[in-house]
Amino acid sequence: MKLPDVLIPPPLKKPHKPGTDNGRNGADPLAPVKDAPADLVGWLDERTGGASFLTGMLYRKVPKGTNWFYTLGSATLFAFVVQATTGVFLAMYYDPSPTQAYASVTHLTNDVFLGEFVRGMHKWGASVMIILIYLHMARTFIFGAYKYPRELNWIIGVTLLILTMIMGFTGYLLPFDQRSFWATVVGVNINGTGPFIGPYLSDFLRAGAEFNAATLPRFYAIHMLLVPGLIIALIGAHLYLVVKLGTTAPPWLHPKRTKTTVREERV
Amino acid sequence: MADAADKTNGPTPEALPKSEPAGYFEGEAMSRRRAFTVAGQAVGGLAGAIIVLPAVGFALAPIFKEPDEVWESVGPTSRFTADTYKPVVFTLVEGIGEAGKTTAFVRKGTSAGNDPYIAISTRCAHLGCPVNFVAAAKSFVCPCHGGVYDFEGKVIGGPPVRPLDRFQTRVRNGQVQIGPRYSVTSHLQPVRYRDPGEYTGGIWNYIYPPRPDTPPPP
Repeated sequence: MKLPDVLIPPPLKKPHKPGTDNGRNGADPLAPVKDAPADLVGWLDERTGGASFLTGMLYRKVPKGTNWFYTLGSATLFAFVVQATTGVFLAMYYDPSPTQAYASVTHLTNDVFLGEFVRGMHKWGASVMIILIYLHMARTFIFGAYKYPRELNWIIGVTLLILTMIMGFTGYLLPFDQRSFWATVVGVNINGTGPFIGPYLSDFLRAGAEFNAATLPRFYAIHMLLVPGLIIALIGAHLYLVVKLGTTAPPWLHPKRTKTTVREERV
Repeated sequence: MADAADKTNGPTPEALPKSEPAGYFEGEAMSRRRAFTVAGQAVGGLAGAIIVLPAVGFALAPIFKEPDEVWESVGPTSRFTADTYKPVVFTLVEGIGEAGKTTAFVRKGTSAGNDPYIAISTRCAHLGCPVNFVAAAKSFVCPCHGGVYDFEGKVIGGPPVRPLDRFQTRVRNGQVQIGPRYSVTSHLQPVRYRDPGEYTGGIWNYIYPPRPDTPPPP
């Protein structure tokens, strides 16, 4: 099916060559000012080719029957952006030393302007992100969108799910109150119950046999540097494959049964 | 490639030998392009390893660090009796404030045992929550998942996988001192310290290997 062309924006006007006045012959003295925004966009596009890339990505065709369930992935991405943004600002006040962490968290919550709001966004946004990522996974599973040729994107998605769980696990320790301390003790010991490598894994997480001065900075570095970087990279790969492969139609929409498709089904 | 070179440099002089197969000249086991590709990848891999390997070692080093043996006095010998436990609080890890302190329950050993004093760790053998000694029941009870231990620290209920850990004890200048932590099997045989949730004794000693950062048992 051919889309009406009006839906897709036309290619951008090429900016005029240096030394010419764009065919205006100096009639309107304000013409360069009026053309400035379009010229700026054209200047960028001429050097990056970004406009055709964006047109191809944003105006790509989607199957008939696409519905609200298809927005769950974007919603998860939005939750991640909220977490990344609020996390950067929380890091401006947080002190990851075992003796100062709790005091710095109470300070940023109670004394800093809007601190309670930013921390609340980060805390509740974490739960929202976990809920959304599971709903997104359920949509993909129930609609059969993990099947050929999208298996690799399912694998990337599961990796992102695991990384998000690691974010939840490492972030839980950071307030360093009684609840987060003991929850982390239990969580690290659960890691330790894995046969053969479990003891080394829990040692790695604690940076030693006991909870010590290096444990909290280690969790903080994993939480704000290591895992977010991996998540951003994998989200890039995830979106690239979504755009490249396209999305699937909902399972209740069947292709028209013609002689050819019926024969293919039998084969 | 060869065509492009021909166009810019004119016709190939007759004097040059023709390479056979293409790209290989007489006496060469490897084309020059291939040699430079391999050399470039080798140098790049070496440079990457020089950066990555120290970083990985840096992050993994704590697993292989043997801790110093620290003994801490927790009270005069007269304070402890054989029929009940007394709680003592001492510093397990320096420099991290309250989080580095832990509680042990100490009693005088019976004549049958080889330790003069028994120091039971409060770290639950299920997942590490702090257990409490309930004197009326002569039992240790964990608040998290309901683990229960008898007077000697053996499991009598709930999910724990082995008896409570112990600390080595000794007497110096009339003071009871507490030293490194060790784990015990279900028959109270000492083994190297294991994390909570890990079985001890028999084949389990191999399935959950002890790490170099845990001191040897008494």
